[in-house]
Amino acid sequence: MISKERKFWIYEIMNKIRYFELKALRLFEENKLRGSVHLYAGEEAVAAAVCSQLTDDDYITSTHRGHGHCIAKGAELDKAMAELMGKETGYCKGRSGSMHIADFTKGNLGANAIVGGGIPIATGAALAAKLQKNDKVAVSFFGDGASNEGTFHESLNLAAVWKLPIIFVCENNGFGISVPVAQSTSVENISDRAVGYGIPGVTIDGNDVFAVYEAFETAVKRAKSGDGPTLIECKTYRTLGHWTGDPQTYRDKKDVEMWRDTKDPIQLFKKRLVDAGDFTAAELDTVEEAAKAEADAAAEFAINSPNPDPADVMDDVFYEA
Amino acid sequence: MSKKTYATAIRDVIAEEMRRDENVFVMGEDIELLGGIFGCTRDLYKEFGTDRIRNTPISEAAMVGAGVGAACAGMRPIVELMYMDFTLVAADQIINQAAKTRYIFGGKAKIPLVIRGQQGIGRGNAATHSQSLETIFMHFPGIKVACPSNAADAAGLLRTAIRDDNPVMFFEHKALYASKFEVPDDPDFCVPFGKAEIKRTGKDVTIVGSLLYVSRALEAAAELEKIGIDAEVIDPRTMVPFDMDTIIESVKKTGKLVVVHEAHKVAGWGAEVVSEVVDGAFKYLDAAPIHLGAKACPLPFNIELENAVVPSVQQIVEAAKKVCYR
Repeated sequence: MISKERKFWIYEIMNKIRYFELKALRLFEENKLRGSVHLYAGEEAVAAAVCSQLTDDDYITSTHRGHGHCIAKGAELDKAMAELMGKETGYCKGRSGSMHIADFTKGNLGANAIVGGGIPIATGAALAAKLQKNDKVAVSFFGDGASNEGTFHESLNLAAVWKLPIIFVCENNGFGISVPVAQSTSVENISDRAVGYGIPGVTIDGNDVFAVYEAFETAVKRAKSGDGPTLIECKTYRTLGHWTGDPQTYRDKKDVEMWRDTKDPIQLFKKRLVDAGDFTAAELDTVEEAAKAEADAAAEFAINSPNPDPADVMDDVFYEA
Repeated sequence: MSKKTYATAIRDVIAEEMRRDENVFVMGEDIELLGGIFGCTRDLYKEFGTDRIRNTPISEAAMVGAGVGAACAGMRPIVELMYMDFTLVAADQIINQAAKTRYIFGGKAKIPLVIRGQQGIGRGNAATHSQSLETIFMHFPGIKVACPSNAADAAGLLRTAIRDDNPVMFFEHKALYASKFEVPDDPDFCVPFGKAEIKRTGKDVTIVGSLLYVSRALEAAAELEKIGIDAEVIDPRTMVPFDMDTIIESVKKTGKLVVVHEAHKVAGWGAEVVSEVVDGAFKYLDAAPIHLGAKACPLPFNIELENAVVPSVQQIVEAAKKVCYR
C-alpha cells in the first residue's frame, strides 16, 4: 500500500522530471544547451517509485540517462538545469553537464557517463553501510546495456557474496542506442541473470508505479534484514531519442506512438489515482502546471546564471586540506 | 628506530592506521589467511576480523569501484591489488571514476582511497606481471602516485596516503619486500608527498631514479666514485605530486642529468623530467641529459632476457660518464 501522501509525491516528481526533460530538449533545439543530453521521458515511474522509499541518507548511483534519478533523489530543477547549461550555479559548477549530476548531501553519488560505471560504486556505498551498521541502503540504477558490462557481473557477485544492502534496478528500455536488446542480450528477461548470483530477480512493468513500488519495497526489506541484494528489471521505453539529436531510424514510429499514447507512466498513474478517488483530475492538473512552471523557472535561472570563471578551472582536481 | 623489511613496514602501518581510525579497512585477494601473497596483511585478520581485512573475489573492477563507493560513503578503504598490472583490469574505475569524481562533481566529493600493490621485475613473473606502470597513472589528473624505494619511505608514504583525502596509487616493488631498513617507530611518522630525497650528494652529475633504481643508482654512484665522478642521486619518492624543484636545483649545481627508470623508456616519466629540466635549467646544462628506461619490449620470463630489457647498473655508469665527457 502506498500512502496517499506518497502517491502525491510520486506524481509530483514524475511531472517534474517530465517537464524538466521537455524543457531541456527545447533548450537544446534552440542551441542554448550543448553536449550529450540523454532524456528520461517515458521512464519516470521507476525513479519516482524507487526514490519515494529512500531517505537522504540512502545512496544511489545513476547513469548517463540520469536526470530522473537525480530529481527523484532530491535535486533542485534550477541547479540541475544550470548544470546542463554548464553554469557556475549548477550542481557541479559547470564541470560536468548532463551526465554527472551528483549531490552527496542527498545521497546521490552521481550520474555516471560510463555504462556500468556506477554499479561497483553503489556496491561500495552498500559495503560502507554494512561496515558502519547504519541501516542505509544503496540503489544502483542502470540500463539494459550495462547488464552486459563486466562491472554488472562483478558487482552482483560481490554484493551477493557479502550480502550487501543494495538493490540493483535495471531499466530495460529496449535499446542500447540503436541496438535492440534481443540483439545484444542472451536472455529475454535480464532478471533471469539473478539466478547466476543466487539472488532474487524480478521483471516488472516499469511503467506501472505500483509494480515498481511493490517490487522495490520487497527488495528493501530483504536488503535491510541482511539477506543481500535483489535484481529488479523494469521493462520500460524511452519515448524520446537516445540523445537529443537522435534521428531514431532504428525503431518504428508507430511503436513510439503506442508507448507514448497508451503506456505513458504519468497518464497511467494519473488514471489510477483518479479512479481510486485519491485525487481529482483537477488537483493533479495543478501539480502538472506547477511542475511545468518550475521547469520554466529553472531554465530562466540557468540562462541568467553566470558561466564559471576560467581562472578557476584547476580548482578541485585534488582535495586540499 | 626499528630495522624492518619493506613488507613488514607496510603491514605495521596498515595495522597502526586501522587502530587509529575505524574507517580504515583493507580489501583484496588472499589477504586474510594468506596475508597477501607478499605478507603485507599477514595475521591482521586476527586483530581486526574479516570485515576489515576482507578477502575479495577476483574482481578488480568491482574491488576498486567498491573502494570508490565506500570512500564516498565515509570509509577510508585500502584496496590491495595482487599485482599492479591488474590496475589495467580496473582501469575505468581508477581513471574515469576515482581520479575524476571530485572534479566532475564540482569539488563536492572526497575520495580517501589507497590502491596499493607491487610491480616490477625480479621474480620471473613475465610480461603481464612484471610491468612498471607508475608512468601511465601520472597522466591522469586527480590521482596521487607514490613509489617508495625503501622500508622507511614505504611506512612514511603509506601513512600519508591513508590519511590523504584523495585517491592514491601506491606502487610497491616486489624485489624490495625483503630488504631491511631502519624505520622510525613514531606512529605518526609521515613522509610528505611531493618531496624528493637526495640519497647521495655529489657535484658532478645528477642521477634520478625511483623504486628499485634508487639502489641501482647508488651502486652506479659508488662505481663512478672510483673514477673520480661525484654523483648526486635523487629519489622523487612520489610521482604525483612530483618534486621537480629539487632536481632542477641539483642540475643547476652539477650541469648534468641522467634519469633512469624500470618503466619503458618510450613516453616514460624520465622524458618529463628531461623536458622540465631543459625548461628550468637549460643554461646550466653542460651536456644533453640522458634518459634510460626499459626497452620497448614486453618483459620476458628468462632472467637473462629480463635483465637485458631493463637498464643495468653498468648502463647508468656509462650514461653518467658520457654526460661527464669521460
